Amino acid sequence: MSATTSTAPTPKPVEPGAAPPVEEHTRVSRWIPAAVILAVWVVAWYFTNGNDTLALPGTSRTGLHDRLTEFQNDLLAGRATNPVMQFTNAIADALRSAVEWLQRMVVLPNFPRPVPEIGWLGVVAIATYVGLVVANWRIALLVAASFLSFGVLGYWQDSLDLLIITGISVVLAVVIGIPLAVLIGTSARANQVVTPFLDFMQTMPTFVYLLPIVLFFGIGPSAAVVSTLIYALPPLIRIAGFGIREVSATTIEATDSAGQTYWQRLLKVQIPMARKTIIVGLNQTTLAALSMATLAAFVNGPGLGKPVLDGLRINDVGTAFVPGALIVVMAVMLDRTTTAASERAERVARGGGGDPRVRRGLIIGGGAATLVAVYLSRTYVGLAEFPTYSIGDTIATAVSDGVDWFTDTFGGATGWVKDLVTNQFLNRTQALLADSPWWLAFVAIAALAFVFGGLRALVSTAVCLAGIWYFDLWHDAMITLNMTLVATVLVMILALVFGVWMARDRRVDLGIRPLLDAGQTIPPFVYLIPVLALFGPSRFTAIVAGIVYAAPAAIKLVADGVKAVSPTTIEAGRSTGQTTWQEITKVQLPMAKGSLVLATNQGLLYVLSMTVIGGLVGAGALGYDVVYGFARSEAWGKGLAAGITIVLLGVMLDRITRAASDVRRDDGPGSRRPFNIRLPIGPPGA
Amino acid sequence: MRIARSRGARLGALATVAVMALSACGGGSIDEQTTANEEKAAEGGGECGDLNMAVNPWVGYEASAYVVGAVAEKELGCTVNYKELKEDVSWQGFGTGEVDVVIEDWGHPDLEKKFFADQGDGTAEDFGPQGNVGIIGWFVPPWLAEEHPDILDWKNLNKYASEFETSESGGKGQFLGADPSYVQFDEAIVSNLDLDFKVVFSGSEAASIEAFRKAEENKEWVIGYWYEPQYFNAEVAMQRVSLPPYEDGCQDDPQTVACDYPETELKKIVGTDWAASDSTAVDLVKNFTWTNEDQNVVAGYIAADKMSPEDAAAKWIEENQDKVDAWLG
Repeated sequence: MSATTSTAPTPKPVEPGAAPPVEEHTRVSRWIPAAVILAVWVVAWYFTNGNDTLALPGTSRTGLHDRLTEFQNDLLAGRATNPVMQFTNAIADALRSAVEWLQRMVVLPNFPRPVPEIGWLGVVAIATYVGLVVANWRIALLVAASFLSFGVLGYWQDSLDLLIITGISVVLAVVIGIPLAVLIGTSARANQVVTPFLDFMQTMPTFVYLLPIVLFFGIGPSAAVVSTLIYALPPLIRIAGFGIREVSATTIEATDSAGQTYWQRLLKVQIPMARKTIIVGLNQTTLAALSMATLAAFVNGPGLGKPVLDGLRINDVGTAFVPGALIVVMAVMLDRTTTAASERAERVARGGGGDPRVRRGLIIGGGAATLVAVYLSRTYVGLAEFPTYSIGDTIATAVSDGVDWFTDTFGGATGWVKDLVTNQFLNRTQALLADSPWWLAFVAIAALAFVFGGLRALVSTAVCLAGIWYFDLWHDAMITLNMTLVATVLVMILALVFGVWMARDRRVDLGIRPLLDAGQTIPPFVYLIPVLALFGPSRFTAIVAGIVYAAPAAIKLVADGVKAVSPTTIEAGRSTGQTTWQEITKVQLPMAKGSLVLATNQGLLYVLSMTVIGGLVGAGALGYDVVYGFARSEAWGKGLAAGITIVLLGVMLDRITRAASDVRRDDGPGSRRPFNIRLPIGPPGA
Repeated sequence: MRIARSRGARLGALATVAVMALSACGGGSIDEQTTANEEKAAEGGGECGDLNMAVNPWVGYEASAYVVGAVAEKELGCTVNYKELKEDVSWQGFGTGEVDVVIEDWGHPDLEKKFFADQGDGTAEDFGPQGNVGIIGWFVPPWLAEEHPDILDWKNLNKYASEFETSESGGKGQFLGADPSYVQFDEAIVSNLDLDFKVVFSGSEAASIEAFRKAEENKEWVIGYWYEPQYFNAEVAMQRVSLPPYEDGCQDDPQTVACDYPETELKKIVGTDWAASDSTAVDLVKNFTWTNEDQNVVAGYIAADKMSPEDAAAKWIEENQDKVDAWLG
């Protein structure tokens, strides 16, 4: 694995030390005007708080929201005659039959057979063989172990269903995404047009578009594929487009001088040279697709999301944990396999790849063994239907008991922490943001944006705030913004502590990284119940859920940034006899500033993406509005308005942090990027 | 070469052993069963066909759905497709034939307006009560009702308001609002009855249950929106606080509500096309009724005993064959 980092001196855009000294100077002085603005804000708040806050009760709606709902109702009323829907329904039928065909091949009984065409042994053999052919025998073992764990833990069918949905979505993402990536990779104008759509697709909460998707694509597998596709498409377009754009201009000029056509340049130079980056994009798209598993289950999408929701329904963390953990297993399997496959392809392209005769033998031998396994699995029931084991239930019970013990033992302490943070921190900042008259908060936020990000940030912020005001959920937006900011502060504290620790001690890094990967991949629905048991329904509970999800990404970014600080600089410092503390605060952190800002940016967006989950655990505000709109179609317009408001908050926070650090772009593959599921939004061009 | 072969051989041997162990030497030929299935199909199966049963996301509903589904499967030979959906999505599915039956409807005037024949597109119809009576209201955990019996009258709530204060309720008492799927007028009730409370929405049933469970365990002060039938009441018998009694029309204007929730007769809603079809399951669904106690038994099997819904339904059917026979007419 370590080969990934060493063979790929990636073009990391936020290189430590890249900022010119002048930048350093302005950064320090920025805090003074910011403090002045805050002071003026607090004084103005003192005289005006409680007026014009535009608060709207949880179950109330405005005329605008009802007009948006009306739009959905009109679509519904005209569904029998709407030509667009007839077209999308035809697509949905095709998707549904594709999914069903695959299911009958590998998981569902294909009538009149009592079992699928290929039984479990055949499926495991084929998957292992694929792992062997595209990568190596280690990966083949990993794949075999993963597949067996699906069955042994009792979720064979749900796991394969999820693989089918993910597979179809990823294939469609490639078919749609690669042409778009070429487009944005070769034309700056296309890039500007497409990017806002990608931002929108990645930040719009899924609950908002599930109802329209059902309208256009029906219930079940088709809706699952489409909603997965919407969320999983952007990473591929962004990263592949970035890769194509980054192909060195000299190479293109050199080959252009040979008189090549547009297509020759694209197919012979740009795409081959960007291949490695494109595969990273594919890897990201696959992982994003997996992260939609639980949400697709809300519209009866097949897969591991269903048992996770079953666990939530009976408030049993153990029941939800096992399928949730299998999603992590699947993510690790797909991540490692695609990474290893791209490394192998790279080696083969360079003329490596081992003795061809050994390999030929392996491929033929493995192929024959696979065929035998498939034949056996078609003949014997015991090799076709995965046998049942009780180990999955045992694990579920153990997890439930463990969590019960934990919450019983620490329940008191956690309540104390919740009250402390909420009363001393959260409620105070919320009073300032949400109880200020809207115009005061508007001006103050815009002014702060100007101080930190200059004119560019000011314009974006003003546009976004105006949009938020227009959609009639100002008060809720400010409460959500406040929770996001507080959670991000806590995330950054964790990121600094653990990031620096990991960077300075390799063993800590090795120990913690798998946990971080799991924290990012396990569906949040799995840890809702223990978090609720510890903290009860409250905003702080939502913040904790946001931290669990966001901290891993931020910690990894900080760790990688600090690690990248040149050893010579550190050596030089050590020779002057500085302490460890001085080394961290005076050398490592300042030189990793770019990574810190990127980590903040990511932390904000990850936390914000948990807003809807927060709505499910008592945080209210925009998250509740989205859930409310999904649960009751008469309030769908309010849910949509809340969804758009979340997007606007995301764009605003992204633009401010980006402008503040003058980050040119960060959608490229950074070191160890493959496991950062969510990518930063924002315009790559600057 | 040599190394590769021996490694391959070792892996092969390992795989063989693993396969033997995993399959537990389960024998039986697939071909025989295929032939049997073909013969059965040739005889002509049931006249039921597919039954698309929506499964809305709460345990009580699941209990009703799987009991009806299991009877349809066992007695009528239907192929039952359970579809896990929220209410609004389920209703959308009647028109496209993706959903045939919603077995427990708590009253959705807005959906009825869209989908019933008199005002909407006529894709759905009311199939009569299913026997359960929905009781919605304000509830407190049992310890609270026991130690302060007068809390069960809304007039005394203000006296205790400060006890219900939390970090979320901004200096007032906290009233725990429910999952947004349910009809709620609590914000209006609080303000119209001049109660010193603030509604904080739990956001999901899971969140409400965890809050009530913790409150009973640790003797915490909690009041919130809750309902019956609900499996959790078997674990913690939540006590209802009386509000000014419900009268016809007192909840017509959501802004002025100042009365309790009415008792709701839970209904069956079905797709019009399916109801007109000759599926033998139509009569079963039409005849199905049972009581809150029946549902709580099955819901308890699922939620407390962790049985799969299929097993829970089968167990109840076995114990209550007489009731099932009545549905089959």
